[in-house]
Amino acid sequence: MERTISFRLNGKPTSVTTDDERMLLWVLRSDLSLTGSKFGCGEGLCGACTVIVGQQAVRSCITPVKDVAGKAVMTIEGLGQSGLHAVQQAFIAHSAFQCGFCTPGMLLTACALLLKSPHPTREQISAHMEDNLCRCGAHPRILDAIQEVAATAKGGE
Amino acid sequence: MSALDFTRRDFFGLTGAGLFVFLQGEALTGQEPARLPTRPQGPTDLNAFLKIGADGRVTCLAGKVELGQGAMTELPQCLAEELDVPLASIDVILGDTDLCPYDMGTFGSMCTPLLVPAMRRAGAEARAVLIEMAAERLHLPAASLQAKAGSISEIAKPGNRVTYGQLVEGKRIERHLANVPVKTVAQFQVMGRSAARKDAMDKVTGGAQYAGDLVLPGMLHAAILRPPAHGATLKTADTSAAEKLSGVQVVREGSMIAMLHQRPDLAREALAKVKAAFEMPPEGPDDQSIFEHIVKTAPPLRPTGESGDVAAGEKASATITEHTYLNSYVAHAPIETHSATAQWEAGKMTVWVSSQAPFQVKNAVMAALALPAEKVRIISRYVGGGFGGKTEGDQAVEAARLSKLTGKPVQVVWNRQEEFFFDRFRPAAVMKIRSGVTTAGKIALWDAQVYGAGEREASPFYEIPHKRSTWAGGWQGGNPPGMNPFAVGAWRAPSVNSNTFARESHMDVMAAKAGIDPVQFRLDNLTHARVRRVLETAAKQFGWKAGRAPSGRGMGVACGIYSNACNATMVEIAVDRSSGHVQVKRVVMALDVGVVVNPDGLRQQAEGCIMMGLGYSLTEEIQFRNGQVLDTNFGSYHIPRFSWLPKIELHFVDNPDTAALGAGEPPIITLGGALANAIYDAVGARVLQLPMTPDRVKAALPKA
Repeated sequence: MERTISFRLNGKPTSVTTDDERMLLWVLRSDLSLTGSKFGCGEGLCGACTVIVGQQAVRSCITPVKDVAGKAVMTIEGLGQSGLHAVQQAFIAHSAFQCGFCTPGMLLTACALLLKSPHPTREQISAHMEDNLCRCGAHPRILDAIQEVAATAKGGE
Repeated sequence: MSALDFTRRDFFGLTGAGLFVFLQGEALTGQEPARLPTRPQGPTDLNAFLKIGADGRVTCLAGKVELGQGAMTELPQCLAEELDVPLASIDVILGDTDLCPYDMGTFGSMCTPLLVPAMRRAGAEARAVLIEMAAERLHLPAASLQAKAGSISEIAKPGNRVTYGQLVEGKRIERHLANVPVKTVAQFQVMGRSAARKDAMDKVTGGAQYAGDLVLPGMLHAAILRPPAHGATLKTADTSAAEKLSGVQVVREGSMIAMLHQRPDLAREALAKVKAAFEMPPEGPDDQSIFEHIVKTAPPLRPTGESGDVAAGEKASATITEHTYLNSYVAHAPIETHSATAQWEAGKMTVWVSSQAPFQVKNAVMAALALPAEKVRIISRYVGGGFGGKTEGDQAVEAARLSKLTGKPVQVVWNRQEEFFFDRFRPAAVMKIRSGVTTAGKIALWDAQVYGAGEREASPFYEIPHKRSTWAGGWQGGNPPGMNPFAVGAWRAPSVNSNTFARESHMDVMAAKAGIDPVQFRLDNLTHARVRRVLETAAKQFGWKAGRAPSGRGMGVACGIYSNACNATMVEIAVDRSSGHVQVKRVVMALDVGVVVNPDGLRQQAEGCIMMGLGYSLTEEIQFRNGQVLDTNFGSYHIPRFSWLPKIELHFVDNPDTAALGAGEPPIITLGGALANAIYDAVGARVLQLPMTPDRVKAALPKA
C-alpha cells in the first residue's frame, strides 16, 4: 500500500511516500541515497545490509519499510557522525576488513551486541557475529577489534 | 627507462600540471600483451605512475584495482620509500582507464612482483629529477643535496631548501633520467614496515563507493531476464503485465530483455511478472557424474614434467600406490555481486564497474558498442572482493548497452542467484596418481594424469627420478565444448589448489604405507631449498612430533609452491566420528614470499587465504544438474564463518635475496592437503574428494 512512512533516520525525522511493503534496504539505498547499507544476498543470509532499528540489528533486505514506522533507524552513515565510534576506531586499528563490503553490516551488528551487552566474551562475540559473512577472511581481526572495545568501558556507548 | 611520447592530452586536463614520471613498458612485459586492442600502438603510450602537484601532494596512478588485498596501501608505500615523501602525502587513483597506465588485470598475485618494481623505479626517477631541478635552482651540485620528507636541502646547510611542490609549481615537467638506482632493502624506511590501510576511513564510515553505489540524476536500475539453465534458449516472453506497472520501461534488444525502473526492487518486481518460456538444454552431467564426464570429454593429455623412465621407476619401487583425487566446482562468492553503473554522455560511455580488470572490460564495452578507445572510460574504484571471479565484466556491457539505448544512466547489480549462475567457477578436476617408493623410502615413480584442473603445479617439486606428469583441460579456456557445463575460470590460485591437494594427500598416503613420518618423508624426497626451509620452519613453530599416521592426534602437513612463493602448512583438527564434522583448531603456516613490502598486509592476505581455504576444503561445492545451477544463495552454499576460525600462526621466513612476490594466493594452496592429512591422522579416514564434507568423512572412516 502506498503511504507515507515516518521514522527517525540517523537521528533526523524522515518521511518517505512509497509502497510500504518495499524492503527498507532499497528505500535507504535508492529513495534516500544512503548507499552504505549493502546488498549481498536479498534473503537475510549474509548481513551486509544490517542496520540498527531501536536497539536491534536487523536485516534491512527482508524488513518491510512499514516495520520501521515511528522507530529510530541507524545506518552506517549515522554511526559516528559526531566522531568515529569506538568500534569504527578499533576496526581501523586492527585493519578488520579487506574489501570492506561486509564492513558496514559487521560494524552495526557489533554495535547492537555492545548496546545489549557491553562486555561480551570472545565466544559471545563470535556467536553473535556468526551469521555475518565475510569472504575476504577478516574474521580474526573483526573479533579482535570488537573484543578490544568490549574490554573497555566504551562498549555500550 | 626512456622518454615517451605522450599523446593523451585529456590526461593533463584531468590531472592538472605537475611532474609526471613515465616508464617504458619493458618493465612490465607481463602486463603488456600487444594483442589487446586497447593498446594498438603497443607499449609506448601512457604509462605515468606518479604525479607531483604544486601543493606537494603526490598522486599514485596504477591500473591495478583495490579488491581488499591492499594495493591501495602497498603501491604508495613504494613511492613514499623511493621518493622520500610521507605516506600520508600520497593520493591514490587506481583502475581508471582514462587516468592510469594500462594493466592487464589484478590477478595471479602479480600486483607485487610487477607493480612494486615499477612504482619504485618511478619514485626513484622522480626523486633524481627533482634533485637535478633543485641543483639548477639552488646553483649547487646535485651531490651536495639531499631529499627528505618532500623537500630537497643542502646537506651542509639544511636551511637552504626547496620543496617538491615549489619545484614543480605551475609547470608541466617531463624529464627523464636513465638507470636511477632504487634503494636497497637495508635502506628501507617505509617498505618492509606495516602501513595503515589507506582505504580504512572510507570503509568504516560507509563512504567507500562501490560500482553499485553511484546515484546519478535520472538513473534507472535494470533487472534482466535470465535463462533457467545454461544452454536454455528463450522461446517466448510476454512482458505485458510488467509494462503495466507504473514507472517500468521495458527494453528488448537482441536476446536481452530488461526491466528498467527508478527503484532497483521495483525493476525486479517487474521482471517477476514477465512470462517467459525456454527451450531447455539436452540432459547433461550433474555434480555426481561430472568426474567421469570430464575424463571422457577432456582433450588429449599433454606432458608437463617428465624425467627418467616410468618403467624403470616401477621396477625400482618396493610399493606402488594408486589413487584418484576429485575436486568439485567452487564459486567465488564475493559479498559484492557483479555491479556496474553506465553513463552515456556526449558520445562517451563511462562505466563504473566492480572489476578486477578494467582495461579488459574496456575492450568488451568497446566491442559491444562499436566505440573507439577514446569513447570508453572504465572506472573500478572499490571492488567488494574478486578472487578471480571479476575479470570479464559482462554486467558492464549490459549496463552500457542499456544506457546507450535509453540515453539515461543505468545501474546493473546482479542478485545472488545471478552471481552463482554466471560465475566462472573453479573447474571440477580429476587427478590420478600412480607412484612408487623404494625400500629406502625414496619416491622412485610418479605417473599422473590431471584432468580439468590445469597445468600449474601438476608436476611435483619433489625429487623424483622417474616422472611422467600430464594434464588435460583447465581453467584458462581451450577446453572442448561441453567438457564443463558452464564457464570456468581463475579462482584464487587457479589449478594449484586442486593439484596441491592431490599431491600432498598422496605424499601422506605413501608415507603411511612406508611407515615414515609425513614430514620426514617429505624432507627425504625434497631438495628444493626454499620449500625445505618453510617446512622446517613450520615444523619447528608447530612443534611437530614425528609419528606414523593415523596417530589419533589430528595433525596434518602440506607444502606447496605458487608463482615462486613457498608455503608449508600444519594444522591441528578434531573430527567428530558420529557426524563427520571437522573443526580446525590451529593452523601454522610458514611462507617465503621474498622481500616483504607490508608485513601486516601480508598477514591479512594469509589469514584471508586460510579462512577461504577452509571453505573449499570442507564445504564448498556447486550443486548442478542439466545446466541448472542449484545453489542460488548462501542458504545452500556454505562459506566459512566466525565459528570456523582456528588459531592462526604465521611465520614469514626472511629472504631479502628474492624480490617481493605476490601473496594473495600462495597461502591458500595447502589447506586441502593439510586438512585431508589431518583427517586421516585423526580418524584413519582418507578422503579423496574435496570438499571433505561430513558425509564424505564418515564414508571414508575405516570399517570397525
